[in-house]
Amino acid sequence: MKSYALFQKDINSELRTRYAVNSLAMFVIVAISVILFSIGNEKISENLTGGLYWVVIFFSAMSGLARAFVSEEERGTTLTLQLIASPSTVFTGKLIFNLILVFAMNSVITLLYAALFDEFVIKNFLLFFITFVVGNIGLAVSSTVIAAIIAKAGSKGTLYPVLSFPILLPLILTSVQLTLFAMDGTRFGEAIFELAIIVCYDIIMISASYMLFDFIWKD
Amino acid sequence: MSNYSVRADALLKTFGRRLIFNNLSFEFKKNGIFGIAGANGSGKSTLIKIIAGLISPTRGSIIHTNEGKVIDSEHLHNYIGFVSPYLILYDEFTAWENLSYFAKIRGVKFDEERIKFLFYRFSLQTRKDDYVKAYSSGMKQRLKFIFALMHKPVLLIFDEPTSNLDDEGKAVVYEMIKEEGGKNIVIVASNEKTDISLCPEIIVLENYKE
Repeated sequence: MKSYALFQKDINSELRTRYAVNSLAMFVIVAISVILFSIGNEKISENLTGGLYWVVIFFSAMSGLARAFVSEEERGTTLTLQLIASPSTVFTGKLIFNLILVFAMNSVITLLYAALFDEFVIKNFLLFFITFVVGNIGLAVSSTVIAAIIAKAGSKGTLYPVLSFPILLPLILTSVQLTLFAMDGTRFGEAIFELAIIVCYDIIMISASYMLFDFIWKD
Repeated sequence: MSNYSVRADALLKTFGRRLIFNNLSFEFKKNGIFGIAGANGSGKSTLIKIIAGLISPTRGSIIHTNEGKVIDSEHLHNYIGFVSPYLILYDEFTAWENLSYFAKIRGVKFDEERIKFLFYRFSLQTRKDDYVKAYSSGMKQRLKFIFALMHKPVLLIFDEPTSNLDDEGKAVVYEMIKEEGGKNIVIVASNEKTDISLCPEIIVLENYKE
């Protein structure tokens, strides 16, 4: 309940300040437009389409998900949060906020992609749906904990993607592979190894985040 | 009177090579007003952050107990009321909304009667539905006291409590400190002579620099 209250506070704050949503929306539109203009009338392969889909997701996440902690640091309200909530409450609240943001952002990206790219055709919808859900959870967890780490740094904008890239690489590579499987129509059983990798990634990141967040949040 | 105590054993704090204080030990028990004095940059704010569990000492320990039981860091915030110049409330919410969210996030009941009383006491009752961004610095300081007192904490930590306050605001704060000091532990960190004169026991940080 306490985490949910923090999430409510963040949602209402976001509705009033548009701290993250505006930058995310602009980035998604600009990124997809640049890809469309650069392709022109060329026909691109399915492999490239699936890869570019996750490139847009990765950089969109980098443009908006750090806001959960950076906005608190920039406004000077980090101390206030430390005085009213335990570290686990703060992490859970911020994670819920980022989960909602990631799912909303990536749903929009997926719909735009499906509408604008003829090559983006999903043949195994269940596999794509599971990849989408598990991949987004991993993305939200990793982005949240990295945002907490970089929030106190001077050059947040540069540090966030640089620090996120090696941590998110296993997730992105596996998600790209699974998306290609879904586009190929590969059967569920043949993708079980890749699915196991991203499920394990999520479990490891959630466990590590809760164990480390106390140290990240204080000092 | 509370059964709360704060005990510090041989605290050392350094930032890089710079020594802030060394071998600092004290114990605050049950109730009373305790002062922390020192020049600018002497480490008053650092010490109160360590007491509040917001930062760790480089060496030494600080232990909070209530009714004889040690309080873990996960629950410490519910026992503490804190006012400081670097405490910022959310500008995009009204004063009332800020306090309502804080109560929910803390997991305590939002006691409307108490909050209304505190707004009245700090002369903000007519401005409780205004956005915090519309508050003056003195009004924000008064609101911080409401924030600190709303959950009836047993340990009150005030860093520069009278900064930005007018004479009327200062009088209300002094009266509140004396009242709370009779039943709870109040720690006042300040340079102001009037603030420190409220404290029968004072830690002078210049004595812990070696």
